[in-house]
Amino acid sequence: MFRFLLGRLAVLVPTFIGVSIIAFSFIRLLPGDPVALLSGERVMSPERHAEISHQLGFDRPIVVQYLDYLWGVVRGDFGTSIVTKKPVIDQFMELFPATVELSLCAIIFAVVVGIPAGVIAAIKRGSILDQLIMGTALVGFSMPIFWWGLLLIIVVSGMLQWTPVSGRISLMFFFPSVTGFMLIDSLLSGQEGAFQSAFSHLILPTIVLGTIPLAVIARQTRSAMLEVLSEDYVRTARAKGLPTFRVVGIHALRNAMIPVVTTIGLQIGVMLAGAILTESIFSWPGIGKWMVDSVFRRDYAVIQGGLLIIAGVIMLVNLAVDMLYGLINPRIRH
Amino acid sequence: MKKLTTLFAATALATLMAGTAWSKTFVFCSEGSPEGFDPGLYTAGTTFDASAHTVYNRLLEFKKGTTETEPGLAESWTISDDGLEYTFKLRPGVKFQTTEFFTPTRELNADDVVFSLERQWKSDNPWHGYVTGGSWEYFAGMGLPELLESIEKVDDMTVKIKLKRKEAPFLANLAMPFASIMSKEYADKLQAEGKMNQLNQMPLGTGPFSFVAYQQDAVIRYKAHPDYWGGKQKIDDLVFSITTDAAVRFQKLQAGECHLMPYPNAADVEAMKADPNLKVMEQAGLNVAYLAYNTTQAPFDKVEVRKALNKAINKQAIVDAVFQGQATPATNPIPPTMWSYNEHLEEDTYEPEVAKKMLEDAGVKDLSMKVWAMPVARPYMLNARRAAEMMQADFAKIGVKVEIVTYEWAEYLEKSKAKDRDGAVILGWTGDNGDPDNFLDTLLGCDAVGGNNRAQWCNKEFDDLVTKAKEASDVAERTKLYEEAQVVFKREAPWATLDHSLSIVPMRKNVEGFVQSPLGDFAFDGVDIVE
Repeated sequence: MFRFLLGRLAVLVPTFIGVSIIAFSFIRLLPGDPVALLSGERVMSPERHAEISHQLGFDRPIVVQYLDYLWGVVRGDFGTSIVTKKPVIDQFMELFPATVELSLCAIIFAVVVGIPAGVIAAIKRGSILDQLIMGTALVGFSMPIFWWGLLLIIVVSGMLQWTPVSGRISLMFFFPSVTGFMLIDSLLSGQEGAFQSAFSHLILPTIVLGTIPLAVIARQTRSAMLEVLSEDYVRTARAKGLPTFRVVGIHALRNAMIPVVTTIGLQIGVMLAGAILTESIFSWPGIGKWMVDSVFRRDYAVIQGGLLIIAGVIMLVNLAVDMLYGLINPRIRH
Repeated sequence: MKKLTTLFAATALATLMAGTAWSKTFVFCSEGSPEGFDPGLYTAGTTFDASAHTVYNRLLEFKKGTTETEPGLAESWTISDDGLEYTFKLRPGVKFQTTEFFTPTRELNADDVVFSLERQWKSDNPWHGYVTGGSWEYFAGMGLPELLESIEKVDDMTVKIKLKRKEAPFLANLAMPFASIMSKEYADKLQAEGKMNQLNQMPLGTGPFSFVAYQQDAVIRYKAHPDYWGGKQKIDDLVFSITTDAAVRFQKLQAGECHLMPYPNAADVEAMKADPNLKVMEQAGLNVAYLAYNTTQAPFDKVEVRKALNKAINKQAIVDAVFQGQATPATNPIPPTMWSYNEHLEEDTYEPEVAKKMLEDAGVKDLSMKVWAMPVARPYMLNARRAAEMMQADFAKIGVKVEIVTYEWAEYLEKSKAKDRDGAVILGWTGDNGDPDNFLDTLLGCDAVGGNNRAQWCNKEFDDLVTKAKEASDVAERTKLYEEAQVVFKREAPWATLDHSLSIVPMRKNVEGFVQSPLGDFAFDGVDIVE
């Protein structure tokens, strides 16, 4: 296992360096003067330009600049926001829990609904139920997030008034953030109705963000199940007269889960991309919305630093998924 | 810092909860996050709504719903006979807000005014560069660094400002957000503690609402300033719920999650008007969209050619197609909500046959021209490409061939300034200070050729009128001069004036006391919720 981990890390380091080079080049490749972009100053005298250029270290060789940047990143310095003047990493840490909370709920929703749907479709292969599930999954998979989110808001929040429209909690509640997770913080606040409010605010964004992973997981589960169900050992189990629940639920499902776990892992990267749209629609103050807002504010330092941190997180998540996969299926380690 | 924030939030919470039983909360679904809370540093309306119109006051204020000025923190003022010295008497007994982060020990005095303006002016002021990369864009943009001679404290309640030359719009400039008056006492404390940046993050002023907390990109909280010199507000808490998507803002308004929203989607307005729980206010925005010919280039140097083209444009059709009725065709270069708007000017009627004849009479045959279409939507022009295409069709009817060109926005603005530019440019303007000078001189004056004057039009008669008006201090006299200037403009036709878009503000039915501002800002003093 340790060697396996080392091998993964050996791939991770050069990948991270590659991403850091892209992030570093970002400001330099954009049209316009990087000094003006990074300082945010629009009107500059040549003297002021030289001064800022020196402050930012732009007058040094590019390799030195990059190494300095990388050294900063290693120490956790991802730059400072042009707009808020706060370190990018601090802002990230403030907003990340909101994204994690939403993503976790979405992935739980996708797994809890997707796996049973896939299993049912596989067992009832070819039936109307199967076609219905697979058809829905296809629709879900091809649904543009933005449209889907607005549609749900208009119908569920607007017409039916079942859920709130956007945000993380009703504005009537106001308490300090302890964990950053609204579900937990609202409980800790001890305010009556706070948890219900936080929960109801989570419903729609969870569904929207979970839709694509749900569709992918359902399809993956179905095909993995079909494959496993045709295996000899399943037929043997059936022949031995084991009840269907045992055959499907224990023998088949466990083995079918191996590719599904990978799929779930891969969906986490997809979800971070989906979070950008979902958070924007639902005014969910997480890193996805933060990145979009930064683009509008032309906060290049945040875009640059944020991209690198997000890439780092995705890589770590993928590493964790690989490890988990290695644990479930020892063969992969060799 | 983090501990402090938590402590601060907790105290704020306690304060908030203590008042829960009676508190009346007004929620504004704002369209974006403020760039910061120091209005001097920024130019966006979103930022001013969250800072200048809540937390701060100015020496003069715009009278609600108009572009006229009235006394604000300055109770009265006198102007010297040569028009160069302005002496402001400050309103006595104006209290700064008491917040969790600062308790003021004194009332407003002349030091605060001198501090607020000088920091933007003098580069040796320690506050001049307190935000890295921050620049005093409006202060510089209104030409104040060159205009000001001195700002002095005469006594505690008197400030004297000397100018280098006469400038009638000066008073209106002082009513603009950038001229908000801050507390010097607060600033001094921050400076002593080495926390100057906080001035831009935790604002404190004399305005109707005091700042409580801001959660980036999500929510800004204010509460009513109990000792506000204009009287305590009827609402206790003001909340900005930042909601960037216009469709979502509409849903929140419908669901009662907010009371008022800015900038609705044009397509939603009908549904808003139909909703019994909502009401919709509308008025012509303080803006204009225009097509600027290059009057220095043949054949557009001939008035007859420009007039002929103006007659060939079906403005009503453009307004209908681009704005779905939420704009009015423009006759003048200033909008009808602006004082000195000349109501007696005749609109160029749409008469393609007449236009064709005029063109022939001017000896212009087989004309082909470029029309520049802006790549972005602005309030005054939602879809320039569409408008350009419609003009292309209109011009084709009189035998003029049009090629539509466009550039990336920054490049578009820059390239369209060139004196020898080829083609007519679609562009527009939203007023800054409610002064006609801000349109007529800024966009059409001789000094603006090669800059904001996209028509490159320098007409002595017009320029003299506008310059004279700038130097006159009597409003009636200025009005007369501006009305005459508009006559010259219409006669010479350097632009085809296209439209003034409507500004539309939907709100819950139970909102009372909101007054739409022709300057496009959202201020909530005087607002109430009735049940």
